Amino acid sequence: MARKKITVDHKLEYLAILDEHGKIDDGLDPKLDDNTLLEMHRLMLTTRLLDDRLLAMQRQGKIGTYAPIRGQEAVQIATAMTLTPDDWMLQSFREPGVCYYRGWPIHTIMQFWGGYEEGCTVPEGINDTPICVPVASQFPHVTGVAWAMKIKGKETVALGYIGDGATSEGDFHEALTFAGVYDVPAVFVIVNNQWAISHPREMQTRAATLAQKAGGYGIDGIQVDGNDPLAIYVATTEAVAKARAGGGPTLIEAVTYRLIMHTTADDPKKYRDEADVKVWEKRDPLIRFDQYLRDKGLLDDERDAAMRDEIKKIIKEGVTQYEANRDVDPRDCFKYLYEDVPEELKQQAAEFDAALQREGVTIGH
Amino acid sequence: MPSLNMVKALNLALNEGLREDEDVVIMGEDVGQDEGVFRVTENLLKKYGRDRVIDTPLAEGAIVGTAVGMALYGMKPVCEMQFSGFAYQAYHQIEGHMSRYRNRTRGRYNMPIVVRMPFGGGIRAIEHHSESREALYAHNPGLKMVVCSTPRNARALLLESIRHPDPVIFFEPKAVYRAFKEEVPDEPETMPIGKAQVVREGSDITLISYGAMMRPTLEAAADLTDDDGVSVEVLDLLTVSPLDTETLTKSVAKTGRAVVIHEGPRTCGVGAEVVARIVETCFYHLEAPVRRITGYDVHFPYFAREQAFLPGADRITHAARETLAC
Repeated sequence: MARKKITVDHKLEYLAILDEHGKIDDGLDPKLDDNTLLEMHRLMLTTRLLDDRLLAMQRQGKIGTYAPIRGQEAVQIATAMTLTPDDWMLQSFREPGVCYYRGWPIHTIMQFWGGYEEGCTVPEGINDTPICVPVASQFPHVTGVAWAMKIKGKETVALGYIGDGATSEGDFHEALTFAGVYDVPAVFVIVNNQWAISHPREMQTRAATLAQKAGGYGIDGIQVDGNDPLAIYVATTEAVAKARAGGGPTLIEAVTYRLIMHTTADDPKKYRDEADVKVWEKRDPLIRFDQYLRDKGLLDDERDAAMRDEIKKIIKEGVTQYEANRDVDPRDCFKYLYEDVPEELKQQAAEFDAALQREGVTIGH
Repeated sequence: MPSLNMVKALNLALNEGLREDEDVVIMGEDVGQDEGVFRVTENLLKKYGRDRVIDTPLAEGAIVGTAVGMALYGMKPVCEMQFSGFAYQAYHQIEGHMSRYRNRTRGRYNMPIVVRMPFGGGIRAIEHHSESREALYAHNPGLKMVVCSTPRNARALLLESIRHPDPVIFFEPKAVYRAFKEEVPDEPETMPIGKAQVVREGSDITLISYGAMMRPTLEAAADLTDDDGVSVEVLDLLTVSPLDTETLTKSVAKTGRAVVIHEGPRTCGVGAEVVARIVETCFYHLEAPVRRITGYDVHFPYFAREQAFLPGADRITHAARETLAC
């Protein structure tokens, strides 16, 4: 008989490298080359400006409800940059920066929010899944893709995103349970932006961190400063390398903050203190990285302005493409449902076609 | 041609599916070492190993959810829900993703997944082990909903489902699992999804059923012929979605009378859809209102009451006689 402390052998760490003033911890500096640092900055800035544009497009009535990501750019770009094209990325619904990095056309990203299934047409050659609306339900897919990679003997990795609220869903638990049991090459990224619409992080779970949940599944967990692109890059690079080498899954909690509404359909003033938002605005990943690059002599006002102009041109081209492809055929809703199309459905498609002709409707937009 | 019960016939189809395509994997609770609680997966772990016949943790949502992920990566999982009564824990993955992925991605990702599950009453099981909720899946766009009824069609339809590019919910009437044997061909045999079968030809009335209810339906047909001299046609739907309207129409246009029989609740059940199709296509041929003999709109009783509850040949015969009297 015994009564003693149980020790568990999974790893749980916290990592921060670049503080909110742009000062780096020299001992933890991953020493990325200048081009990589500038590319990281360009991609974060692109994500910010694309997000701003999507928000504006919602206000203009060009797209429907939009879920903005202001403040969460670092976790998107610094995780995505650790993947190869053969790796898989499984998104939640707040990863436009990741999609852009992975090669999704900007107009395709816009199309989802504009109400077009075309926004879910994963471009050929890109190993991603489209936006997943039901919270947490994509995490079992991350496990499944990674599991299939392992069964087929591939040295690739599946990486998925989820929010803090999603960690309360059963799918989060089940996905990590299976990932642990089968030791699959997966990286699970919790983008802890503190708010699940109006419900704060501390009311999702009494656990002190979300990263520690990894221990319950016998896998490693790490909490990182989610507004520090270098810390995220280092943590994700290590998790991806471990998975690729057969070392199994990792749970990463990136602690960040949603500086803006959950979607364009809510007003955060109703449920959170604006003073907290002010605190987090100072921790903005773009501000600290901008400062860091300026201190390093990699960035100045002139280069910043040129970069912004270039990005805005790319986004504008995306908007033009989006606007040029707004008319679609409503009859397409029958086209892709089945590979082996039932007779009954062919009849319904003909009925729909006849109704549209009678009603004089030829396009949807 | 061996004579097999339904369990052995299903096992044969799974074996063939695993043998002919290395992307096929079987996953579920107790399907490996224990060979399935009904032994449907007997010998498969020994033959194909742990990467092909996978014992999973106890979580239906993740069985289907990870199967969706595997399908994204090009595999063809055959999932077992231990009982259909527990599949609701996977329903969000079935509805939310398995049934939608192809349409959502405009054909980029197919979901060639089969979700097998034993359903229906009659084996004196505890609560949640006896329901018939096929209508739930038939109502769900993007799925095919198949129900086998005999060893031979069980094998043929399961093998077809495994080869099928679209997701299939495959219902196995557990009351029939070991009820009788039938000759099943040695060579792989398939039957098309979406086709009903005329299992008895007749001209006076059509009895329409599927799954375990095929047995009392055929018994009723024999009684009506023997006792009343009635010529009875019997249809086995085999697929409840998509429904084979053509075969239904052809039969009822000929007989002018029909009774639909199923175990599941009546309201919005498969029978309701069958009757609607008959009214749409055979209205001017009908000699009598179409009747439904079904489970009632109550929760399936605990097993002390189940034999009284389940529709039997007498209830079917009674409804058929009333229909014939019109």
